Amino acid sequence: MSVPVLAVEHVYKYFGDYPALRDVSFSLHGGECLALLGRNGAGKTTMLKILAGLSGAAQGDVKLFGNSPRQATARRRIGLLGHGIGVYDELTAIENLTIFAQLYGIPKTVARQWLERTHLAHVADSPVREFSRGMRQRLAVARAFLHDPALLILDEPFTALDDRAIALLQGLLADAKAAGRTIIMSTHQLREAMELSTHVALIERGKLVHFGPRTPEMLMDPGYVYRTFGAV
Amino acid sequence: MIFLQVAAKDLRSELRTKESLNASLSFAVVILLLFSFAFDPSGEAVAEFSGGLLWLVFAFAGALILNRSFARELPNDCLEVLIASPVSGAQLFLGKSIASFVLLLGIELICLPIFGIFYNITWTPKFWPLLGVFLLGTWGMTILGTLFSALTVNLSLRELMLPMLLYPMMIPALMAAMRLTTILLSGNDIGGDDLVWLRLLIGFDVVFTTLALALVETILVR
Repeated sequence: MSVPVLAVEHVYKYFGDYPALRDVSFSLHGGECLALLGRNGAGKTTMLKILAGLSGAAQGDVKLFGNSPRQATARRRIGLLGHGIGVYDELTAIENLTIFAQLYGIPKTVARQWLERTHLAHVADSPVREFSRGMRQRLAVARAFLHDPALLILDEPFTALDDRAIALLQGLLADAKAAGRTIIMSTHQLREAMELSTHVALIERGKLVHFGPRTPEMLMDPGYVYRTFGAV
Repeated sequence: MIFLQVAAKDLRSELRTKESLNASLSFAVVILLLFSFAFDPSGEAVAEFSGGLLWLVFAFAGALILNRSFARELPNDCLEVLIASPVSGAQLFLGKSIASFVLLLGIELICLPIFGIFYNITWTPKFWPLLGVFLLGTWGMTILGTLFSALTVNLSLRELMLPMLLYPMMIPALMAAMRLTTILLSGNDIGGDDLVWLRLLIGFDVVFTTLALALVETILVR
């Protein structure tokens, strides 16, 4: 078996005395897509922040591509789409993407290509603060995919997206999966998640109560995971 | 040289919004103006407190610039995206420090001739040594202020916390910068026993730059 793209082993995380994550272990390989499910406050965002190197685990080990998430070699291969759009309102669309292209050491021309791909080329020189919500979200998607990441970490990526942005993101994620990229996304949009995912995990009060391949039952009935493996 | 790209990004953002620049510059000019009413600008004693007054103005105005250093990244969760990028904490910190340093130095260089007019002080013959002191003092303030900006970025009372942390820690550098500035604005050269203040300022910059670069990764990733 090849080295997993992502390996989480016995991870614990505490906020004060409160255990946000308790003994979480799982791994993903190239081309796999994990839907990380759970109620609000279950620990999904905490897990994703640890994977993205934004937060450290109190105990346990996390490896991305065999390295620590804080190593530049690992971070260079991560695409992060969190709750915020991660772009600067006062800068133009092209300035935003150019900055991130520079930070990732990729040609600036890629920035303009992604603006075209996300249908934002006509507003390339407009400040982001003048954008509609949908345009801002598409720019965030362009920013996350800009450097062709091998691992996509998406925290509720479909939440508050307009129809056009959902279609765009679904298309990009399907392409990424087909190209052998690894995807992990937390979501409450069960139907979209099940269609895309190869694996499903359920986290409850910081504990991983289920991790396994997505089954036909899950695809037909998205609520199946909560009913079968959830405590409530 | 990723830190230069971070610095250029911060400078571009600030020059476009001018949020901290306008607040800091107007605050500095108002303090200089108000103090000029309180003291007799023609008095000989002005040269004695000139360095102290200038650096207090710079310290107060600097807090407004430094508060924005990491707080600028909070809207839209930009800080998370930067930390998750291949930019190391040290490079991110250095870029932000350079941007704040350029902004603060610019404000100081605008304030200097205004100070000369309000307080009837001739500063032009000593401009280059003064610039050297400004560079050293401002770098010390910037490096420490940017570190505390990173430390307090997620606090709701960060505007209050940053000066409370920064000013006590800045005392050695402020004392040295004040003393050296006073000597130069009195028309004297830095030499003899006064060189100890210059060494203190350089030592402060070296020690805190090294410490900040070593610690910032731990501060950013919690």
